Amino acid sequence: MSDKKHIVVIGGGPAGCVAAERLSRLGFRVSIVEKECELGGNLNNWDRLFPDGKRASEMVTKLVNDVKMADVAVWTDVEPIEAKRVENGFTILLSDKSLLFADAVMLTTGFAPFNAIRKEEYGYGIYRNVTTSVELENMIQAHIVPDTVSRVGMVHCVGSRDEKCGNMYCSKVCCITAVKQAIELKQMLPNAEIFCFYMDMRMFGPGYEELYREAQERYGIKFVRGRVSEASEDSEGRVAIKVEDTLVGRPMRMKLDRLVLMVGMEPSAGTRSVAELLGVKTKVNGFIQGGDPHIAANQTNVPGVFVAGTATAPMNSTDTLNDACAAAFQVANYLNG
Amino acid sequence: MVNFGFTISVTRAVEYDKNDKGCAEYVALRVPSSSACIGCGGCSATCTAGNLTEFNIRKIQMLMKRGENQLYKEQLHKCMLCGKCLTVCPRGVDTRGMILAMIEYMREK
Ligand code: SF4
Ligand code: SF4
Ligand code: SF4
Repeated sequence: MSDKKHIVVIGGGPAGCVAAERLSRLGFRVSIVEKECELGGNLNNWDRLFPDGKRASEMVTKLVNDVKMADVAVWTDVEPIEAKRVENGFTILLSDKSLLFADAVMLTTGFAPFNAIRKEEYGYGIYRNVTTSVELENMIQAHIVPDTVSRVGMVHCVGSRDEKCGNMYCSKVCCITAVKQAIELKQMLPNAEIFCFYMDMRMFGPGYEELYREAQERYGIKFVRGRVSEASEDSEGRVAIKVEDTLVGRPMRMKLDRLVLMVGMEPSAGTRSVAELLGVKTKVNGFIQGGDPHIAANQTNVPGVFVAGTATAPMNSTDTLNDACAAAFQVANYLNG
Repeated sequence: MVNFGFTISVTRAVEYDKNDKGCAEYVALRVPSSSACIGCGGCSATCTAGNLTEFNIRKIQMLMKRGENQLYKEQLHKCMLCGKCLTVCPRGVDTRGMILAMIEYMREK
């Protein structure tokens, strides 16, 4: 048995893969525990990343290779069902009855897309032509957007910035996702009219504002500042919406062939359950509470338990990867300290 | 028609499907920069005409894009073509060019 300290990384999405690889390279023994049958997390359900259009699958391949090269032990199809604090560490019982001892634990259990059924007024699951951004991403990947579609509306902030569904926060990635998907749709359907209905355009990342402008100038995507209040279906299955064009100061109505709901991020079921198992504090919104936001964001209230990526707050993939690197150093400091 | 003693109010809503977007299409072709507007209101803040009258260059171009032509038609002549709006626009929109294109379109119609 090696005398290297052992870190258990719970969740094998992008944050988990990067944190595991870095920790292993820093000289620790590392195991990833992943509940699905493969690594990659939400990236496995995505086509292209913004703002550069890189394939998500390419990213996953890189992450998985890095993990392999770094000699990390990967446990798939299992999740922790019990965790105990013991002297100098934790014991973690997995669903396949394996028992792991960890000197430190890294939580990278990520997010789940908001369930759009909860915003009943948009008719998701009721009207045929209302879809989510996740479904649209899959449709774009499979090239199955029907060419009869002549007008599409994308609704921003579905499940975010909305006390009606209990989520007060901004999910950060859905504005730029809408811009990206609107461009992709326009490339497939050059004659279609595409609207984005937004509350604020939050183009915080490098290259985002530029992509927004390109969507307007080069692709003619129309951006309307206003929150869609409700949708209904006509006899032909088209979706009629009500929105205020707030910059004009008038309510507006129109019919669409497709209504796309830009669903936000919520803490995943894994994030909620692992927080409970380990006694880790969560915020009112259910995401894991990190330490001091400037200097200890990856720490939790439990010494030895760290957090990275979207388990702690919505963030894009770039920030997730960087956050995971930062978290790896915090773990190393703790274990070497 | 029978007089029931009341009338049905006309909706104030922008009925996008029914509106005539001819002017919007014309301006989009003539002044490509018009697509880049983000509605910030820099142009209308500095506009001389807007400070003295109801004229609102930001709102006019947005109404135009929705096909609400009757709402701004009568306003266009208030622009003095001074070009101050161009100097402040963060997106390089040729606002004055849009006004000219709208006037042109209305004249041709
Ligand atoms: S990123 Fe944009 S769409 Fe998403 S919650 Fe924030 S403001 Fe809304
Ligand atoms: S050109 Fe017309 S719209 Fe622009 S600032 Fe002068 S008066 Fe206002
Ligand atoms: S200043 Fe430019 S971007 Fe701002 S409202 Fe006027 S035209 Fe649009």
